[in-house]
Amino acid sequence: MSKEKKKTRRKTKKKPTKRFDGRNPMELRPIKIESGVLPNADGSAYIEMGKNKVLVGVFGPKEMHPKRFAKPNMATLRCRYHMSPFSVDPRRSPAPSRRDMEIGMVMTWALEPAIFLDRYPRSVIEVYAEILEADGGTRTACINAATVALVDAGIPMRDLVASCSAGKMDGKLVVDLGDYEDKEGEADVPLAYMPKLEKITLLQMDGVLPPNEFEECINLAIEGCKQIYEIQREALKKKYGISEELQEEAEE
Amino acid sequence: MLVVPGDILYEGRIRTGDNTYRSQGKVSATRIGLVNYTKGMVSVIALEARFNPLTGDLVIGEVVDIELGKWILDIDAATPAVLNVPDAIDAPFRSDIDMTKILDVGDIVVAKIVDMDRQRTPILSILGRDLGRVAEGFIVRLTPSKIPRLIGKKGSMVNMILRETGCNIVIGQNGRILIHGKTREQEEQAVSVIEKIEREAHISGLTNRVQEYLKNMKEEKG
Repeated sequence: MSKEKKKTRRKTKKKPTKRFDGRNPMELRPIKIESGVLPNADGSAYIEMGKNKVLVGVFGPKEMHPKRFAKPNMATLRCRYHMSPFSVDPRRSPAPSRRDMEIGMVMTWALEPAIFLDRYPRSVIEVYAEILEADGGTRTACINAATVALVDAGIPMRDLVASCSAGKMDGKLVVDLGDYEDKEGEADVPLAYMPKLEKITLLQMDGVLPPNEFEECINLAIEGCKQIYEIQREALKKKYGISEELQEEAEE
Repeated sequence: MLVVPGDILYEGRIRTGDNTYRSQGKVSATRIGLVNYTKGMVSVIALEARFNPLTGDLVIGEVVDIELGKWILDIDAATPAVLNVPDAIDAPFRSDIDMTKILDVGDIVVAKIVDMDRQRTPILSILGRDLGRVAEGFIVRLTPSKIPRLIGKKGSMVNMILRETGCNIVIGQNGRILIHGKTREQEEQAVSVIEKIEREAHISGLTNRVQEYLKNMKEEKG
């Protein structure tokens, strides 16, 4: 580690000033994930990440329509990101925007490396993410929920994908940026990470950062992802949680 | 033990069973489920999985389309299945056959997977005993990986349900179960039992709990 990096870290440690929403610089927003919420989807999840509220449904693997888009050797992953008109103030148009399409594509890229797509040739796996309330960092929330929904759908995966952002606000490095920090801050680095395989599947940056702070941001975001990973695991296990008590009973 | 995808199950030399994969000498899970270590092999019994069609499986499907000389059936797999005319009426296809008279779109069919074609599309047949169009009954869905629990050891579970409810049950390997009883009440009993299995398949002592559940239901009624 370079001397400069140590300096910045010491600075943040000495002055644990609170962020505008009362969080510490290294503190994530409260996260709540629930799996299997939509009875008609093959797999589903609902996530609350701070004020973000996202509902994700997974359908498939199923036959691709139109058939000519099907890949002969593997399945296609299709992600649709959509913000509800009431998710932001002022209300937005419900038509898919350029931004929606980009984030849908980014979600696809972030999730694809984790899925055994070659097990289902000529078919399609569809992921629908609907933003019910937005408060910055919706793409990370979507990826977190989509992973849980994919596991709930029984799609074979290499690892879970956790996603978290890090960035710079008023000269300080912070994790899991909210809407205000996202807009007013100097930089925002959303990242998706497979914790067990230790691989990054998505890395974007918005804003300006010197190289050393950029690296620091990556490390901070990875730490955030690891915390989120534990929450995802808990959410998946919770669906069978009540029954774990029963299991203990049965073992007795 | 409950595992989620990516959890490392074993490091070193071991055979990989269902729902596992090997990478860099480590064996990890690919689905959420319960780990099962047997001699020289590690596998995961999936709690959520789609039907993986195999030759010889009995399935319950729905006719979704009719093409020239074949029906297309939805069997809850990643790809739809094909039923050719010779596998349905034991005669070659002729253009004067009215295929909708044999099977129409929307019909529920009990069929057997006899083959996979070059693209791994399942080929079905309804020639045989107890195969063909379903006239009446209930269709219930169960996660396909939980079918072995519904059948039980040497059919102990399903036989008990048959005995206690008096219904006729056909189990499709694709997770669709056909229930046909003499009265609506009997059928509803069997449906609620299968819903219980769906919820509690991963907990040991299932057969005993289901037996108790059936007994309670009978007492409530009587």
